[in-house]
Amino acid sequence: MSLLSLKNISKRYLSDRGEWTEIVRISSFELNSGEQVLLQGESGSGKSTLLNMIAGIVTADTGEISLDGADMRLLPESARDAHRARSLGYVFQNFNLLDAYSCIENVELGMAFGGKTDVEFARKLLERVGLSERLNYRPDQLSQGQKQRVAIARALANRPKLVLADEPTGNLDPSNAAIALDLIQSLCRENGTALLLVSHNPSLRDKFERTIDLMELNEASVSPTETGGLS
Amino acid sequence: MNSVSIAMRGIRERRVSSAITIAAVALACSLLMLVWAFKKEAEQSFAGASGGFDAVLGPRGSKLQIVLNALYHLDESPGLMRWADYEQATKFPAVEAAYPLAVGDNYRGYRLVGSIPEYLQNHAYAEGQSFELESGGSLFEPRSMQAVVGAFAARRLGLGIGDTFHPYHGLVYDEGAKHEELYTVTGVLKATGTPVDKVIWIPISGIQTMSGHNPKAATDVSAVLIKLKQGANMAGFQLDMMYNKQGDRLTLAWPANRTILQFFDKISWFDKILQAVAALVAIIAGGSILAILYNAMNERKRDIAVLRALGARKRTVFMISLLEAVGMTFAGVILGFVVYVFLGMGIGEIVQRETGVALSPFSGNAAMVWAPLGMLGIGLLSGVLPAIKAYRTDVSRNLS
Repeated sequence: MSLLSLKNISKRYLSDRGEWTEIVRISSFELNSGEQVLLQGESGSGKSTLLNMIAGIVTADTGEISLDGADMRLLPESARDAHRARSLGYVFQNFNLLDAYSCIENVELGMAFGGKTDVEFARKLLERVGLSERLNYRPDQLSQGQKQRVAIARALANRPKLVLADEPTGNLDPSNAAIALDLIQSLCRENGTALLLVSHNPSLRDKFERTIDLMELNEASVSPTETGGLS
Repeated sequence: MNSVSIAMRGIRERRVSSAITIAAVALACSLLMLVWAFKKEAEQSFAGASGGFDAVLGPRGSKLQIVLNALYHLDESPGLMRWADYEQATKFPAVEAAYPLAVGDNYRGYRLVGSIPEYLQNHAYAEGQSFELESGGSLFEPRSMQAVVGAFAARRLGLGIGDTFHPYHGLVYDEGAKHEELYTVTGVLKATGTPVDKVIWIPISGIQTMSGHNPKAATDVSAVLIKLKQGANMAGFQLDMMYNKQGDRLTLAWPANRTILQFFDKISWFDKILQAVAALVAIIAGGSILAILYNAMNERKRDIAVLRALGARKRTVFMISLLEAVGMTFAGVILGFVVYVFLGMGIGEIVQRETGVALSPFSGNAAMVWAPLGMLGIGLLSGVLPAIKAYRTDVSRNLS
């Protein structure tokens, strides 16, 4: 059953030179519930813009983005925010943990805007990612690998239908990258959550059931240097 | 984890700047309450501390000086008047009671006031309230060397029944000006919250005939306290006409409490300066909140973007920012109350020491409601601009 469906979506930006540049144009893409898909693309291929459109952070100029039955393009902003809080988890390349909060509080933040916070579930997630001894540590007291593990736990905290992961292993050494990838995939499987992971790393291809080359999926004729810093 | 706890965390994270802002709000709030509420309390207490008298008769001079000297036991007497003037005052049909006072000596800075025992025995210093002695005490006998000590003076001087002391000449304590006479304390008055509390009462003859005083003034008095009969307002006008307009030897301060209120009116410019300072501090506190939160928004764009990416709505981050402003202001207001109470009690202690008038920082006043509410309003307004900045944060640009 299709959880995410993109139809004829496009997005363009006004470049620094005052010209409109199309970043994303996708005719069709579908992701089923519980499915794990790797979107492979170079830096500047519109990966982050696509994920932001799916998350409802950025609106597409045209087309339809159906996520769990709701069209993210047509929903008003507050409804998109609420939908994201309930249905989506997000893992970033730079972790994006809040420094003022402990590990467990960062995970609690992942569920704070979608309903009630469940401290016990947050604790279990951190135990699952191997950080039961670091619940009250702050991000600046953690290694890079540990930070990403907290971010993975946070992304699963609201029991989402879909996790979007934007280069989640990009800032990690190979050993930690392997651990992080394994955790994302296994946690998503355990929770019946679909995973859409974008990465430029070709070695990840054999870890996924389905891999899509973003340069082929994205019909916008844009090269990485033409995006004006947008990726 | 909710908007309130996120906002409180934001305040805690900026400990130093938050503490400075909270202190500024507390200072502003306490100043506003002191300037308005405490000042009103001071006016009312001073006007109410006229000791149940309607008028004060004194030698020709300033009404304010006569009232300050005779009722509040401050300032010097403008001169002396004859005993016959006192006797004449008692004879007016509209006068219910008149009591002579004589001043000129002190004991360790606390003023000795000579009067007749009937003053402490019969007079009601407020509606239904007469002077009472602590147990075991008695009033002084006329022409004796006995003394009754006001509650505050007794506490400060450590005087109790049976204690003795030598008076000192003048109203200011001078160790070299000791009189020979030895007075014995026969009673200590219970606290009245009026200037009577800071005075040592002795028979009027004691002041008049104290060794070293001018024998020619042995029957003179410093002032006469007058209580008119109920509903004898016209008599006040008549006495005012007789002493102030037609006569040129004596001055009648009537109504006594209006004189002190006029004094407060005369120094109202000082109030205005204090009010301006308080308002300025309030504005600075508001500006401080605005500056701190606005600058914090620059540093926290990424945090706000992350919260938005996690599903926080625009109005949620707006509220979080606003709650930080209100939270800091609320903490400042609570601290402001504490500062107000401590400052009020400190000032009250000084005022009571100097004047005998008891002031309470806890007396109800509208300023104690509108000053905190006003500060909360300023805090709320100061938080709007940073909150708008949070509301407008571009999520995709600030997600690193």
